[in-house]
Amino acid sequence: MSVATATRTGLESIVVDHVSKEFRLQYHRTLKQMAVAKSRKQKISDRFLAVDDVSFAVQQGESIGLMGLNGSGKSTLLRMVNGSMVPDRGSVRTRGRISGLIATGAGFHNQLTGRENIYMNAAILGMSRQQTDARFEEIVEFADVGRFLDTPVGVYSSGMYSRLGFAVAVHVDCDVFIADEVLAVGDKPFKKKCLAKMEEVRRSGVTLFYVSHAAGSVKKMCDRVLVLEKGRLVFDGDVQEGIDLLEYDGDDGDEENDDEVLGADI
Amino acid sequence: MTDVVDGRTGGRHRGGPGDVAERHGLAHVPLIDPAGSTGLLEVLRRRYLLSLLVRREIKARYLGSRFGLLWSYINPLVRFLTFYFVFGIIAGRGATVENFAIHLFAGMVIVHFLTESYSAGMRSIIGNKGLVQKMAMPKEMFPVASMLVSLYHTGPQLVILIGACLVTGWDPDLVGFGAALLGFVIILVLATAMALLFSALNVLFRDFGRLVQNITQVVPFSVPMMYPYELITERFGTGIWHTVYMANPVVEAVLLMQRGFWVNTTGDDQPAYVESAFPADLFQRGWIVLACCTVFLVFSQWAFSRLERRLPEAIG
Ligand SMILES: Nc1ncnc2c1ncn2[C@@H]1O[C@H](COP(=O)(O)OP(=O)(O)OP(=O)(O)O)[C@@H](O)[C@H]1O
Ligand SMILES: [Mg+2]
Repeated sequence: MSVATATRTGLESIVVDHVSKEFRLQYHRTLKQMAVAKSRKQKISDRFLAVDDVSFAVQQGESIGLMGLNGSGKSTLLRMVNGSMVPDRGSVRTRGRISGLIATGAGFHNQLTGRENIYMNAAILGMSRQQTDARFEEIVEFADVGRFLDTPVGVYSSGMYSRLGFAVAVHVDCDVFIADEVLAVGDKPFKKKCLAKMEEVRRSGVTLFYVSHAAGSVKKMCDRVLVLEKGRLVFDGDVQEGIDLLEYDGDDGDEENDDEVLGADI
Repeated sequence: MTDVVDGRTGGRHRGGPGDVAERHGLAHVPLIDPAGSTGLLEVLRRRYLLSLLVRREIKARYLGSRFGLLWSYINPLVRFLTFYFVFGIIAGRGATVENFAIHLFAGMVIVHFLTESYSAGMRSIIGNKGLVQKMAMPKEMFPVASMLVSLYHTGPQLVILIGACLVTGWDPDLVGFGAALLGFVIILVLATAMALLFSALNVLFRDFGRLVQNITQVVPFSVPMMYPYELITERFGTGIWHTVYMANPVVEAVLLMQRGFWVNTTGDDQPAYVESAFPADLFQRGWIVLACCTVFLVFSQWAFSRLERRLPEAIG
């Protein structure tokens, strides 16, 4: 089923060049606390590299699985790819329109209704009103939140929230699609639907950046795996090798078991 | 593959390999910095998104309150009545300044616009945390939207002001109209600059809001609306303190507004009186102040672009 033949066009889609991102952990909030800590010779803050000198290039139409343990810097890296964060060192270059979801949810506004959020989100992703109108039905049908479409998303269940987010993102006519743990809270039918949709997106030649802790779905979706470990890129290559490196496969081995594919994660 | 996009049927996915790349002509699309933005210029370019943000904020600002938009009348009205009572009646300004209420209200409209703009602008980026952390968009959008929402709320107040002027016998002239417009534009530019700068600073220094609250307390008293400009020249002459006082761009803006609205309600049988109510070089000062505010806006944009990159992580 999984077609390893990337629909490569010889066109670079994402170029990440020696990218690092440093975060600061502030241990104290007030000046008083800081002064006390200073006098005790304690550290006021710590810096660490959430993404540490990462380089890779992705061709248009490739689908990349990004894996790594919690806190290894996957979402941070994707934030720099979609442009919501700026690297401290190095550079990120992308081609075309980027859509997708980072760290499960979309950037929704809780007071706005589902309908309004669809328009807002699509607009941020670069769609005009007409383009959104043209796809509205499709988005609503995919999200399938029923009569909650016109209630504020603040009252949505987390599953409904992520369905709507995914539905908008996936219907944006994009060139790069980022899927960061999109399946984490969806129910089984929705996960199936998402995977099918992403497969479709992938086959249309969109570059796919897929993050999941479910080895099976990565195997199914991706033709290359990147593994991050404490911010460093420790592996870039064959899917199975990457998964083996993380020992996510467990006892199931290569068995294409449904739960594994649909990510009965971790 | 010349597979034309049909959003309704999602027909775009039927194509073979290279489909999207060909359809979007990606070979002619350059590799770019995904976080790159041209700041305010980009905000102007993405007006559709801006309009959605403005509409959302208009809705959200009074969300859950039963009187909704009515509060944007009630708040200024209460403030106006307070000032009018204290300064116009208790301190007796009403007797010395003709049509004191309009003298006061003409200033209050734009002072209120300014303070609302930068206060809401200051909170705008923190209030859009979800978007700032996950989506790439020019972050100038948020303070600019806040400023526009405040502008929207200023509209009805202007209508009330004009109504009051007409009732007291307004005789508008073209020069006065130009003056008011100049005053308004000064505040518009200043409000945008302050909203922009404050929105970023508020994320990086959470104490900033407290500081700004104090500015908001001071501004109404720092301009000649509760008292006549004459009082300043009487106290300070044209010395250094007068210069300091006039260095506040809001002062010029308020005077220009009064030139547009208040003067023409006082009747022109007292030219001497009107003359002492304004500096002789009011227009000249107005243009200089507008230039300064524009420079300040450019500075704010520059500072914002420097600070912007630190916002997504600092907001967490
Ligand atoms: N704004 C921030 N300030 C400080 N530290 C941060 C910030 N954002 C993320 N981090 C830290 O950076 C590291 C990487 O976070 P990131 O979200 O990229 O991990 P991840 O690989 O996506 O993890 P997960 O699998 O749990 O989603 C974590 O240790 C996290 O605590
Ligand atoms: Mg993550």
